[in-house]
Amino acid sequence: MSGLPAAASGLHSSLLTWWADRGLPPWVFDAIWMVLMAAIVTVFVLLTVLFLVWVERKISGDIQSRVGPNRTGGRFGLLQTAADALKLLTKEDIIPECADRPIFVLAPFLVFVPVLVVFLIVPFGEHWIVKDLNLGVLFVVAVSALPVIGIFMAGWGSNNKWALLGAVRAVGQAISYEIPLILALVCVVVFAGSIRIGDIVSAQRDGHWFITRFPLQIAFLLYFVAAMAEVNRVPFDLPEAESELVAGYHVEYSGMRFALFFLAEFAHLFFVAAFCTTLFLGAWDGPWLPPALWFLIKTYAVILVIMWVRWTIPRLRIDQVMGFAWKCLVPIGLLAVLATGLVAAVWGVP
Amino acid sequence: MENQYAYVVVFGAVGICFVALTLTLARLIRPNRPSKTKSAPYECGIDPREDAWQQFNVRYYVFALLFVLFDVEAAYMYPWAIRVGKLGMFAFVEMAIFVGILAFGLGYAWRKGALRWE
Repeated sequence: MSGLPAAASGLHSSLLTWWADRGLPPWVFDAIWMVLMAAIVTVFVLLTVLFLVWVERKISGDIQSRVGPNRTGGRFGLLQTAADALKLLTKEDIIPECADRPIFVLAPFLVFVPVLVVFLIVPFGEHWIVKDLNLGVLFVVAVSALPVIGIFMAGWGSNNKWALLGAVRAVGQAISYEIPLILALVCVVVFAGSIRIGDIVSAQRDGHWFITRFPLQIAFLLYFVAAMAEVNRVPFDLPEAESELVAGYHVEYSGMRFALFFLAEFAHLFFVAAFCTTLFLGAWDGPWLPPALWFLIKTYAVILVIMWVRWTIPRLRIDQVMGFAWKCLVPIGLLAVLATGLVAAVWGVP
Repeated sequence: MENQYAYVVVFGAVGICFVALTLTLARLIRPNRPSKTKSAPYECGIDPREDAWQQFNVRYYVFALLFVLFDVEAAYMYPWAIRVGKLGMFAFVEMAIFVGILAFGLGYAWRKGALRWE
C-alpha cells in the first residue's frame, strides 16, 4: 500500500473524529467530504485535459514533421493550452437567432457532467478510488453512454444543417459501437467473476493482467476499437469531420460553451484509456514504482496509441463505419463472449 | 455507512455547478456585441435558405431497433458472465443457444439488407 492513499484515509478518519467530538452531525461531514472529492477530481480532470491537448498537438506536430506549440510557456509551449482556455473564456458567446435556446444551452451540461461522474470509479491505486460502486462496469456503460444525448441536443438545438448531420452520425455511430463495447466488457466480467472494479483489478494482481489471458486479447481489441468510436476519434470522427461538416454538432458553439465540448471530449478520452488500463492492463499493478504512477504510465501509453492512430489513419465513410460495427465487430464480439465462456466453463476461473 | 450512490449525485451536482460557474465567469468578462449576421446559422458564408428542422431520413432507424435488441441481450449476459466460471458447461451451452438465436437474427437482418446504409 502506498503512502498517499493511506494518508488520505487516515486524514478522513481523524477529521471525522474531530467533527464528531464537536457534536456535529456525521452526514454533514460525509457531504463535505464528497464535495471535496468531487472538486479534487474536477481539478484533476481539468489539468489532465490541458496537458492532453498539449500532448496531442505536440504528437500531431511530430507526426507531420512540424514543431507544434513552441512559444507560450517556454521552449515546449507547455502553457499553450492554458492560454487557449483563457482566450476561449474571454470570447464572445453567440447563440444563433433561430436556435432552440433551452436545448442549445443545456447540451454542454449533458455532455460534460456524465464524463465527470464516471471518474468516480477510476482506480488510481489500491485504495485510491473515489467510490468502488457495486455496479461498477454496468454503471460505466450506463453513464458513459449519456453524452451522446447531449451531442444530439447540440446538433438539433443549433438548427444548423452541419450540426444536425453531425448529430445524426454521432447517434448512429454511438449506438452501433456500444454493442461491441458491452460484449467486450462481458468477456472481462467472465474472467473477473464480478462487475465491481475492485474485484476486476484484484483478479489481475501480480502480473496476471487480463490481456495476457486467452481469449481476452480479442475482447481487448474490440474494446479498443469500440472505445475510439465512442469518443469520436479518427478514424471514427464523423460527427465532427472538420473537412466535410466543418465541426459537426458543435459548429454553432463559441467561447466557453465550445470549450466545454472540447473539455468533455478529452476527459472522455482519458477515461476510456484509464478504463482500458483497469480492465485489461492490470490497473495499478506493477513492480517497483508506486501504483498511481503505474496507472498513469499505462493510461498514457494507451492514449498515445489512440493519438498515433488518429494522426495516421484517414477518416472512414459513414456507411463503412456502420457496416464495420455490425458486420464485423458484433459477430466477433458474440464469438468472443462464447470463447471466453467456453474457456471459463472448461478450465474454470482461477 | 453512507449510501454509495450519494457520490454519484454529488459528482453530478459538482459537475453541473462547475459548468454553470465557468459559463457565468465567461459571461462576466466576455464582450457582447450581437449583430444580425453573427446570429445567423453558419453555412460557410452562404445565406441559409431553410431551417435545418425539416423532414429528413433517419438512416440509423433500423440500426436503432437492432441496438435495442442487442442491448437488452447484453444486459442478460452480465449475470451469466459473473457465474459461468462456477456453473461450468451447462451455463455455457445455454448461452451458446441464446447467442446462436441472436446471431441467426443478425444474419437475417444482414441478408434482408437492414445493415446497408444507403
